[in-house]
Amino acid sequence: MATPAVTRPRPTRGHGPSPRTETTLRIVAPVAVGLLVLGAWQFLVSVVGVSDYLLPSPASIIEEFAAYWPSIASAMLITGANSLVGLVIGSVLGIALAALAARWRPVDRMSAPVVASLAVVPIVALAPVLNSMFGADSQFGRQAIAALASFVPVFINTLRGFRQTTPVHRELMRAYAATPGQVLRTLTLPTARPFILTGIRIASSLAVISALVAEYFGGPRGGLGSLISTSAASSAYARAWAYVVASIALGLLFYLVTLGLERMLQRRAPQAGGRP
Amino acid sequence: MSGQTGFREARAADAAVEISGVDKVFETRSGQVQALDTIELTVAAGEFVSLIGPSGCGKSTLMRIIADLDEPTGGTLAVFGKSARQARLDQEYGIAFQQAGLLPWRTVAANVALPLELHGVASAARASRVAELLEMVGLSDFADRYPDQLSGGMQQRVAIARALAEQPRLLLMDEPFGALDEMTREKMQTELVRISAETGAAVVFVTHSIPEAVFLSDRVVVMSPRPGRVREIVPMRLGTDASARAARTEELREERSFFEMVTAVREALHGSPVATGPRGVEHR
Repeated sequence: MATPAVTRPRPTRGHGPSPRTETTLRIVAPVAVGLLVLGAWQFLVSVVGVSDYLLPSPASIIEEFAAYWPSIASAMLITGANSLVGLVIGSVLGIALAALAARWRPVDRMSAPVVASLAVVPIVALAPVLNSMFGADSQFGRQAIAALASFVPVFINTLRGFRQTTPVHRELMRAYAATPGQVLRTLTLPTARPFILTGIRIASSLAVISALVAEYFGGPRGGLGSLISTSAASSAYARAWAYVVASIALGLLFYLVTLGLERMLQRRAPQAGGRP
Repeated sequence: MSGQTGFREARAADAAVEISGVDKVFETRSGQVQALDTIELTVAAGEFVSLIGPSGCGKSTLMRIIADLDEPTGGTLAVFGKSARQARLDQEYGIAFQQAGLLPWRTVAANVALPLELHGVASAARASRVAELLEMVGLSDFADRYPDQLSGGMQQRVAIARALAEQPRLLLMDEPFGALDEMTREKMQTELVRISAETGAAVVFVTHSIPEAVFLSDRVVVMSPRPGRVREIVPMRLGTDASARAARTEELREERSFFEMVTAVREALHGSPVATGPRGVEHR
């Protein structure tokens, strides 16, 4: 029997720049903008003479960053660990509760208002309360805050993902007399996977921000948040900025790792006939 | 009385599908809609029966009731002498829809293997069966491709291979070629004739194409809408046994008998008087 040719049109490119130039531009453009901003900043401080306590120069921030590197590294480790614990717990809870809500309507009805109110609670505002609940020497309050912050986007995205199964797939599973567990494994979870991963990626930055800001409200010292507030309070503005840079790096690291995870799990097996 | 019941049971065991007095009423916001009204239909084992009619005549609903995807409001239904539910649980039928309904994250081979996997077939047996099925639908070279790399016709062939995976004695198809272009459609019809002759499975085929129904079927069930009723059952004179079925080829589409059958089905559909033959004449 004659088999029709594979019809999968390759994306046709318009008259724009070649793909290689495009990639180069995508990297070069933001780097150039960043350098320009840093240059202007340094110019404002060292030539125009904006005072150092208002706006420390990039050079002095880099200097402080190098000088306090051991402290910065350990602070990143502490805050990073709190964020990670929170992210994992929040994601697991979010996925589990979303699975229940997708399966049983009463759970959905009960959880919807709770999640809606959780989403609007300024979660870091709970920090003083949790700190006094679990004692001033426990990291638990921060982890709980990161977990709560992660929970909401993971839950909402996962629930949405669980509802993406199409009628034809559901009927197929019914025709195959598949058990609920089989339906979950072979249909519902794979359908929801991109949504779950997006939820976790959004949650990753939120977890870092929440764990960090929670440190402003007391509890054990040593994390990035508490060191930012300590440095600022002792007028060491350049050092405070160095910790801020470290916080940005930590947030980016979480985001990029979850993005990589998403790409890795979404990528399909290499195509058999794709390579020459 | 008991003798009669015995006779009925024996007959039911022979038939692939036996429908008697089936009603289906849908409750909608604006009231009740009678989708099916006292449907009587028997599909013999190995028989190819098409359900044809305008949209809203309940042909898909009838197929879904046979598949136990919908429940009848009244009447009785037996699939190989069992209830529709039991037949579904025992995997007595394979099914294909208008959409291929392949899982996009599985390869062609993994999609065909899905029902075997769900029902605990060992992986070695699974692999050889999948190879056999892909051979049958002519897609052996595409086993490792993903559904979105295939054309619509190829996807539909994968869906048919999947429906045949467990060698069902009954194949239910709801407009499986409805979304394909005319040329692919005719090719697929020829394929299906060959496959159904090879497997000897009974087929209930829902369509709204008259030539398609005539080309494929041993009998064409013409339905009318609101409420869905069987208006007429038109037997095809194109040969009903397996060998005659295998002889149905592209040439048939150009034969005189084919056009006569198309006319007969068309007249039954439109309810205008049929000039000759023993079929009932319906005046409205």
